[in-house]
Amino acid sequence: MSSTPPAYSLLAGNQGTYSLVLSGDWVQGQRNPNFAELTNSLDTTELTALAVDGSALGDWDSQLMAFLLRCHDYCLARDITFNSRNLPEGTDKLLAVATAVKPYHAPDKKRRAWLGNLNPTQLLSGISQEIRLSLGFIGDLTIAMAKLITGRSNTRLTDFRNFCYQAGPNAFGIISLTSILVGMILAYLGAVQLQQFGAEIYVANLVVIGMLREMGVLMTAVVMAGRTGAAYAAQLGTMQTNEEIDAIRTMGISPMEFLVVPRMLALIVIMPLLTIYADLLGIIGGGIVAAGMGIAPSQYMIQGETTLTITHVSVGLTKALVFAVLIAMAGCRAGMNSGRSSAAVGQAATNAVVTSIVYLIVADASINILFQQLNI
Amino acid sequence: MSALKADVALIEVRAVTMAYGANVIQRNLNFAVNRGDIFVIMGGSGCGKSTLLKHMLGLIAPSEGDIFYSGTSFYQASEKERDDMRQRWGITYQSGGLFSAMTLAQNVRLPLELYTGYAASEMDDIIAYKLALVGLAGYQSYYPSEISGGMRKRAALARAIALDPEILFFDEPSAGLDPISSSLLDDLIVQIKESMGATVVMVTHELPSIFSIANNSVYLDNISKTMIEYGNPVDLREHSDKAVVRQFLTRSTALEGEINER
Repeated sequence: MSSTPPAYSLLAGNQGTYSLVLSGDWVQGQRNPNFAELTNSLDTTELTALAVDGSALGDWDSQLMAFLLRCHDYCLARDITFNSRNLPEGTDKLLAVATAVKPYHAPDKKRRAWLGNLNPTQLLSGISQEIRLSLGFIGDLTIAMAKLITGRSNTRLTDFRNFCYQAGPNAFGIISLTSILVGMILAYLGAVQLQQFGAEIYVANLVVIGMLREMGVLMTAVVMAGRTGAAYAAQLGTMQTNEEIDAIRTMGISPMEFLVVPRMLALIVIMPLLTIYADLLGIIGGGIVAAGMGIAPSQYMIQGETTLTITHVSVGLTKALVFAVLIAMAGCRAGMNSGRSSAAVGQAATNAVVTSIVYLIVADASINILFQQLNI
Repeated sequence: MSALKADVALIEVRAVTMAYGANVIQRNLNFAVNRGDIFVIMGGSGCGKSTLLKHMLGLIAPSEGDIFYSGTSFYQASEKERDDMRQRWGITYQSGGLFSAMTLAQNVRLPLELYTGYAASEMDDIIAYKLALVGLAGYQSYYPSEISGGMRKRAALARAIALDPEILFFDEPSAGLDPISSSLLDDLIVQIKESMGATVVMVTHELPSIFSIANNSVYLDNISKTMIEYGNPVDLREHSDKAVVRQFLTRSTALEGEINER
């Protein structure tokens, strides 16, 4: 069954009436005649009425309908009478359905220019919006926390326990791996340098101070930002999409108390614990490298103990608390402000991770400067 | 071969049992959908209507039995044959199933790009036509999240008919629509079905839709966990000897005594 290519011929009638005789098979696999050519030739005529004649038409499918619709819209836009003759059964009906509703003229959407994100005014307004959202969120959160303290909160203990479990024990594997490796990296880096002075033994000091004050807590926080912060954003974003947050609001429950507070408290409780765990494993990791370089484990431990003070531990734990709040805030804020589509939920998760890592680095630097000034 | 196939039903569900593990949802389903039918799968909430549709679409394999398209088993077929079958289907899901990261035009364009050789400008024309058919002309650049629920249903229909399918599957097409939009959607389904010569399989419990457009149906029962009626819904309403089916189709609650006798 070979098909003949679709074609048309334009026949002039009297008083500006033209008939458009269609022939051939207007089906998928055939190339439609060029519509622009047809309009070019129509534009040169004093067209008042166009009749489409389908008497010579072969097979047809949506391809014909798409062509007919364009003819119809062309006539509609120019006040030309459009009618049809001998079109196959069905096409008339379909055309009637397709033209029953007038085309909607969508207002031009603002198209974002390429690199438009780098436009300074846009950048500034984006930042100010970000700050406003964050401040609003912090305000709501403070109220919710105050209610929790006064015992009038809708926060549920079961939620808190669940989140603790998700953030804590479930994260042991990845935290163990990263902190042992970071301890090893620290020790290796330090040992290579210290060897030049014959002071390899101080590797222990380096690892202990490095892990306790800086790397243990920072690596834990980065892992938690990627793992837990993103999960919070995705959970809350999906709840936004499913109208769960609307349901919570209309029940008279504050989503802050019900959703955000238990998540944040869980992180506040779990982060310091994970940090201690990470510190411990990091120091063990450093010991492994030190042992490889000829420092006996007992030597490493005794040397390490000389620098192990409560100050270093508490510096790490203070950071852990601050980071926990920041990660939970970035994650929950992204989720609560998420749009209502799957794409928006993905964006919220990305946003949560990016902002929490930025927060972490900035906060870490600020805390370090502060502590240095305070001689802690 | 083709002569033989002419009198084979377009879709045949043979001895299908659907179960999640040990939890049987429906057992021993046997029915056929003929070419040109508007076939309705009905039954109370939770009886497995949508699950049956998912089985027919090859999304979940039946625990027992098989489903045949024009006499060819779907579940015995090779992946290539299944793809050929799938290309002849158009499906709208309960919540639309539109890709939220794509505009309406891109949603309709995707199947065209995958399965046809149209040039870009021709595709634009076809997309404009399909959207116009469902009353969404001019909404090409909108994202699903920017339009209303009823419009989303229609946009999903536009995507489903992108390839001029042989069989159209609908999962609760008019759920959540007002009566006017719902009857317009019914009209649209009938128009599209008649002018394209498609067969329609739909899951619904909207009685007006069932009586105004369906010509064949199957009733899945919640309690006995199998189909208890099969036939034209208007006939079933008048003459079914199953009280529960008459009750369902007349929307009455007065027959409870009879149901208990069943």
